[in-house]
Amino acid sequence: MKQLKIAIVILSGSFSSILYAQDMKGNKVPVLPIKTMNGILSSTSKFSNNGKPVVIDFWATWCVPCIMELNAIADKYDYWQKETGVKIFIVSVDTVHNTTTVASFVKNKGWRYEVYVDPDGNFQEAMKVMDTPCTMVVDGTGKIVWMHNSYNEGDEEKVFEELKKLTAKK
Amino acid sequence: MNEGQLHGSVEIDAQTYTRDSAIGAPAVPEKMGLNSFAQLDYTNGKISAGVRYEAYENALLGYDARYNGQGIAYKYLRFADSTFDVTVGNFYEQFGSGLILRSYWQYQLGVDNSIDGVRLRYNLCKGISVKGIIGHQRYYWGEGTGIVRGIDGEINLNQLLPGWDSVKTKIILGGSFVSKYQVPDNTTYNVPGNVGATAGRITINNGGFSLYSEYAYKINDPSVVNNYIYKPGQAFLLRTGYSTKGFSFSVSGESIDNMSFKSDRTAVKNDLDINYLPTLPRDETYQLAQIYPYATQPNGEMGVDAEVRYTLPKESLFGGKYGTELDVEIAAVNALDTTNLNDLNTTRQGYSVNYFGVSDRIYFNNTTIELKHKFSPKFRMILQYVDEAYNKDVIQQEVGYGIIHCNIGIFDGYYRITSSNTLHFEVQELETKKDQGSWAFGMAEMNFGSNWFVGALDEYNYGNPIASQQIHYYTLTGGYTHNALRISIGYGKTRSGILCVGGVCRQIPASDGFSISITNSF
Repeated sequence: MKQLKIAIVILSGSFSSILYAQDMKGNKVPVLPIKTMNGILSSTSKFSNNGKPVVIDFWATWCVPCIMELNAIADKYDYWQKETGVKIFIVSVDTVHNTTTVASFVKNKGWRYEVYVDPDGNFQEAMKVMDTPCTMVVDGTGKIVWMHNSYNEGDEEKVFEELKKLTAKK
Repeated sequence: MNEGQLHGSVEIDAQTYTRDSAIGAPAVPEKMGLNSFAQLDYTNGKISAGVRYEAYENALLGYDARYNGQGIAYKYLRFADSTFDVTVGNFYEQFGSGLILRSYWQYQLGVDNSIDGVRLRYNLCKGISVKGIIGHQRYYWGEGTGIVRGIDGEINLNQLLPGWDSVKTKIILGGSFVSKYQVPDNTTYNVPGNVGATAGRITINNGGFSLYSEYAYKINDPSVVNNYIYKPGQAFLLRTGYSTKGFSFSVSGESIDNMSFKSDRTAVKNDLDINYLPTLPRDETYQLAQIYPYATQPNGEMGVDAEVRYTLPKESLFGGKYGTELDVEIAAVNALDTTNLNDLNTTRQGYSVNYFGVSDRIYFNNTTIELKHKFSPKFRMILQYVDEAYNKDVIQQEVGYGIIHCNIGIFDGYYRITSSNTLHFEVQELETKKDQGSWAFGMAEMNFGSNWFVGALDEYNYGNPIASQQIHYYTLTGGYTHNALRISIGYGKTRSGILCVGGVCRQIPASDGFSISITNSF
């Protein structure tokens, strides 16, 4: 019976958070130390784009849907930048033993994203990222306006739609 | 005045248990297990604070029963600006690659060695940063008796030295010292109350070339894990490689000697680890490749890993219209080349090590060949072949199995049926003549738009030498994803095994029943 009560409380909290909250939407990207893929200490305050939109994508080298999504966006990145001015930051959540392979992995792919690593998970935790891939669209003021977990073929078009909405508002 | 932000995350995982003697699923008196947590964080300008409440009623099978119960497991208050950052309460931290300090939370594994104390981070000037910590580690619903303290510094030469910011070679140096104090109350052995460990590291990048190396040394640290020997510990890591678009290679080597470092000398398994010893072999994500995962051996191992990635160009003979990615990785981990000193009644050093030799005692060998190819806008696949030798006696500490040789074949396909619906399917086979014999695996998952999915999988132990154990472990799943919300339900049977993440593992017992998992953040 006690288990059932606990489950009800937590389920209620979960569903309440759906009804009354808006995920991380509306929240600003927190400022935290983070490292580039080459191990240089930096800050998430660098996740900005002079008032233009930003996409932040949490991924891992072992995550097949993550790589599919980043490959799909890579093919369209030039067009997206031309249409919306977006800059994309990708944050690897690989654990410690994989972070030294992130730079090698990314260079091999030829991706032009800004790449960071978060091996201790502090940024992932602060952004409340529970699953990968997790893709967020951030407006020019640093507020998260859209987010989505998982990836299926074609989902990158939803990201582009959100970017177009942001640039249309101006 | 700044506007404050409140955000959080919630996860609940619940499972029912039905006794199933055929698969070894035990009777569970409470019929159901539940792991859950809810975390709230408030940020206002430079100040942030948060709490995490956890409830295990009772903990899912495979998680330590000392988690049973509920309460506040994590709380903190933090001030941070561009140069100074202080946290009081619980925090997670890592020095370098974690060889002498890594506190982290891995919910799937049931590992949480957060430090409850004080952490300071300070950017002394451009190019130099330091951090210091002190506190006690979380130990289920209490804290470990040992005090952990440490300091770490990092120097970015290109940011520090005049004129170096334009130098193409980027060099970062780092060094750390960590010590623990535990009352030396062992009545049998003369154990040190203070145990110190130090580490130095270097990172070099120049265009496509990269190198990372770290060396750690720990003074004598007699404990349950090393049978109370007084031998110091050492660890060495080296990773280097070259990468450019379409091609990369990397080589890694490591040597670990007596580097279990816990804040309580009587702790075992994953309890109260101060440090983290990275594993060289990759984490496996495919179902049958996870039957024999590698776990780092803190008492001693020596390993090497080499990987080559090459993209066969688009429009080439084997590249096809979209290009083909080829990935070959070879990993080998053996015991250290040691000589037993037979001195347990005298100096208790335990053994000596020839660091330039390699023992012929195999712990783990693995060759993986992977091919990724896109046939058309609708269909892509991944093919993987794994050849593996696995010392189950050492890695899973189950005597009598010896080296298990197996071959694994994997076909992973994605077919886009319509613009919004995708079929994901896998077929796998593991062939071995030892242990439980050969396995076959099939999975099909249908994704409807970005929100809904249903799936079915079956893991069949067709090669088990005991006919009654040639069992189908089937599962039906379904779920919904919307923004940060994910709900999944399932029903079926799970085989017993181990789950490993980054070389740290926990046992998973066999089970039969319903499961539900809900995650959300806000």
